[in-house]
Amino acid sequence: MSQRLINWFKFASPASFYPLAGKMWPWFAALGTALAAAGLWISFFVAPTDFQQGEGYRIIFIHVPASWMSMFIYCVMAFWAAIGITFNTRLSGMMSSALAPTGALFAFLSLWTGALWGKPMWGAWWVWDARLTSELILFFLYIGYIALTAAIDDPRRADKAGAIVALVGVVNVPIIYFSVKWWNTLHQGASVSMTKAPTMATTMLWGMLIMALAFWMYSIAIALYRVRAIILERERHATWVAELPEMQR
Amino acid sequence: MNAFIAIVRRDLLLAARRKSEVFTALFFFMIVVSLFPLGIGPETAMLRRIAPGVLWVAALLAAMLSLNRLFAADHQDGTLEQMSLSPTPLAVLVSGKVLAHWLTAGLPLVLLAPVIGLQFDLSARALGVLMISLLLGTPVLSLVGAIGAALTLGVRGGGVLLSLLVLPLYIPALIFGAGAVEADVAGLGAGGHLSLLGALLALGVFFAPWAATAALRIALE
Repeated sequence: MSQRLINWFKFASPASFYPLAGKMWPWFAALGTALAAAGLWISFFVAPTDFQQGEGYRIIFIHVPASWMSMFIYCVMAFWAAIGITFNTRLSGMMSSALAPTGALFAFLSLWTGALWGKPMWGAWWVWDARLTSELILFFLYIGYIALTAAIDDPRRADKAGAIVALVGVVNVPIIYFSVKWWNTLHQGASVSMTKAPTMATTMLWGMLIMALAFWMYSIAIALYRVRAIILERERHATWVAELPEMQR
Repeated sequence: MNAFIAIVRRDLLLAARRKSEVFTALFFFMIVVSLFPLGIGPETAMLRRIAPGVLWVAALLAAMLSLNRLFAADHQDGTLEQMSLSPTPLAVLVSGKVLAHWLTAGLPLVLLAPVIGLQFDLSARALGVLMISLLLGTPVLSLVGAIGAALTLGVRGGGVLLSLLVLPLYIPALIFGAGAVEADVAGLGAGGHLSLLGALLALGVFFAPWAATAALRIALE
């Protein structure tokens, strides 16, 4: 291996990742806060009122980024799960379990804001649309992962079992999505189409993208923060933890 | 191959010796299905409409109930550990156990479904499609369920956890299985749904024993 490359494996060790994560998370948190402030400002004050949906449409500035992040975080979780299974690294499992609550939170947020948006727009809190249903199932998958890892006492075993659940889930997510989609077309229940949305004003799109970035930064910051807590909890008997400055106090 | 047949024969023999377990799941299936007309009302048109879904949901629940016994007993008395040490790949033995599970938990449901379907006034043709869809779908339930059963082996509150893990993964089988009957009744032809169910089965046969084996190895560590 060339000398110029960063030795990534160095940071696979919790002892060297802990200080790195400690240095990184405040930056991501600050970036997330700044982007969220900008995004919320655009979405509430700059973006024009939609002439069809009125002011209620502003929910999408939270709703769409939350849905994106819930799906993306599941993929990241599965990625860490795959790394953990192949290389048998301890940190990967910790990353997966640090990401899961954030992903579940975003899935829930997306369902909740979706319901708030659906009531004024469609006149119903819930329709059995393909996207809604798959988001609900994604939420169940997150809960299953969290429940399984919480039920196993040995953290290493919990990580590995969780990794298999995450990988089986990620294979199933597209299958579930398409099955629900075809199920929906067969039934032809709700006659709402979310794919044929009216073309969005540029400012709306910008607001949404900035909010998505803000959520992304928030997820990274909170995952790093949580992974630090998990590292401390699991490595509490290790000497390097006892030597940490924050442990001396 | 010999080991595969031996495992299937052994598990079938064990099931034959403990008949009550097999029959409990079957009667559970019958009772759950009978609850729906009592809860919803006996209008024939309505019953005919909900029959495929009700039968399929009951089949999911019944198959899930019996999943616990797939590995638990062998895990307790150490047989599973001996299996993992045997020269035959563990995945082959797991496939044998899954096949035996399907023969004792899935196949009886397939054979029983038309009789129960009669209570819902389904036509003979719809009953045929229902049987084919269950025949293709119940092995998927056993295969996917094996992954969940292996993951929750020896875990606190394993039974409830198993349902939480496995039921969301059963959704595609439910949709295509019940959808096949509905599509046939609606005159659209059940071919597409049955093909997709077959595709799920092919995927499951290929991947599920492998994933279940990985999960078992974690439980045996």
